[in-house]
Amino acid sequence: MPRTITEKILAAHAGRDAVKPGDIITVKVDLVLVNDITGLIADREFRKMGVTKVFDPTKIAIVLDHFVPAKDMASAEQSRISRRFAQEFGIVNFYDVGRAGIEHALLPEQGLVAPGELIIGADSHTVTYGGIGAFSTGVGGTDAAAAMALGETWLRVPETLKFVFQGKLGKWITGKDLVLYTIGQIGVEGARYKAMEFTGEAIQDLSVEGRLTMCNMAIEAGGKSGIVPPDEKTLEYVRPRVRREFKVYQSDPDARYEQVFEWDVTGLEPQVSLPHLPSNAVPVSKVGDVKIDQSVIGSCTNGRIEDLRVAAAILKGQRVHPDVRLIVIPATQDVYKQAMHEGLFDVFVDAGGAVSAPTCGPCLGGYMGILAAGERAISTTNRNFVGRMGDRSSEVYLASPAVAAASAIAGRIVGPEEVL
Amino acid sequence: MAEMQVHGRVFRYGKDVNTDLIIPARYLNIIDVKEQATHTMEDLDPEFPRKVRPGDIVVAEENYGCGSSREEAPLMLKTCGVSAVVAKSFARIFFRNAINIGLPVFESAAAVDAAQAGDELEIDTASGLIRNLTKGQTYQAAPLPEFIQGIIRAGGLVEYVRARVGAK
Repeated sequence: MPRTITEKILAAHAGRDAVKPGDIITVKVDLVLVNDITGLIADREFRKMGVTKVFDPTKIAIVLDHFVPAKDMASAEQSRISRRFAQEFGIVNFYDVGRAGIEHALLPEQGLVAPGELIIGADSHTVTYGGIGAFSTGVGGTDAAAAMALGETWLRVPETLKFVFQGKLGKWITGKDLVLYTIGQIGVEGARYKAMEFTGEAIQDLSVEGRLTMCNMAIEAGGKSGIVPPDEKTLEYVRPRVRREFKVYQSDPDARYEQVFEWDVTGLEPQVSLPHLPSNAVPVSKVGDVKIDQSVIGSCTNGRIEDLRVAAAILKGQRVHPDVRLIVIPATQDVYKQAMHEGLFDVFVDAGGAVSAPTCGPCLGGYMGILAAGERAISTTNRNFVGRMGDRSSEVYLASPAVAAASAIAGRIVGPEEVL
Repeated sequence: MAEMQVHGRVFRYGKDVNTDLIIPARYLNIIDVKEQATHTMEDLDPEFPRKVRPGDIVVAEENYGCGSSREEAPLMLKTCGVSAVVAKSFARIFFRNAINIGLPVFESAAAVDAAQAGDELEIDTASGLIRNLTKGQTYQAAPLPEFIQGIIRAGGLVEYVRARVGAK
């Protein structure tokens, strides 16, 4: 029976020859992830489970990233709980301020996730690791605690939707544009409970970072997971980072998909998702005259080095519009250092932008760029829900780093061509 | 689940109610659950925390609980006294979290279509039979997979794990 890459990874972790959509299976996990927010519930529930140790202290990652460096006393206390948990249970992969970054940028970068592995994380954007050919999905804190105790979890095998992107991408078109376009086509529950498999010429042309961005937002279509079958680019990215054996899976050519979407993306414009759903995607030329107060470049979706390079290429020698605050947040310490050495910080600061230490901060309305009533932001983050970045009357427009940088210069939402 | 039957008034919402609306991220660093619950649904329905009474039932359209993985979403509803959520469909992480923490969730498009704010509902949580006492109608929710019923019967995921590891 032909199988998809997702079905093969799940079968391997369930110790079965094959699984099919709808099966409920128990799977071994290669890594369990929690952060400073979800670590709170994971800690509390883990301690009720009647176990004295975690299943494997090398297969748990605790990354403090949401409200750190601690934004207030409550967050300081919250981080302390995860810090204590890491110490008490000997968690090897514990990442604190100054040695960390945003979890979903950090884990692939540090080689903590590999193709063919199965990862669950108490954060919905855990789906990101499909970008390197892993199966990964988000769960709540109690599920993460249970997996830390047992080394396994239960999953319903998802149906797979296949997305084939034909054609050549334009100069400023990135994984972000492709995924916003996709969500715009199928809606915020278009992939509910399903695996999204991204393939085609345009995906092969994307960098691994761009693929991580695409899989990152599978959850915004309701997806259980997103995945790009590994190729030579994947292996080039992974080999220097992962110091253990891993297995590369591919979908069989005649694998069964619930649905196949095929789009020619030649000539696709940069995409912008209007408030208040990621599915409100329109080409940037159709946004109209939308003035902005803030531009945020960063997050687990778009805070990698490639994203900062694109933004810097547009901002070089330019000035941020006087009515706009530009906030740039490198996603990890390594990205931070690299951007610094490449002179990108000079570009951002000379343009009148602020550069922050790695944090999820503004994306979820935590801190480091909260919006006042009626304010409007263009953002490279992943959600534009009501109140997501601040006051419930504020608005978030989602776009690529190129559009966010160009808009910061123009003071209204525009594509890069308009400012170059 | 301890209670086989729940009973309360309907709070009625639309589709794609995301977890940021159920509990905004700005309150996720409040460690005291009762204090945290005073902000439940406030960006969608500012009156909710004041109006909700023990037993009340949230009824919504498709994709309830989409977005973030925060378990606080079902937990806040439960802490406020919400006894069940009935929706046309649920986002998968919310659904899982609700089962894990023991907040009963049911899928029934017919029950949702008929329900209006303030209607009185009674739900048999074991069978998924939903009675709208105000309308005098009865609906059958979609049955849950056997595996999930096992977690519910155990009393939630913590108890399920305790049984698995043989904890006393």
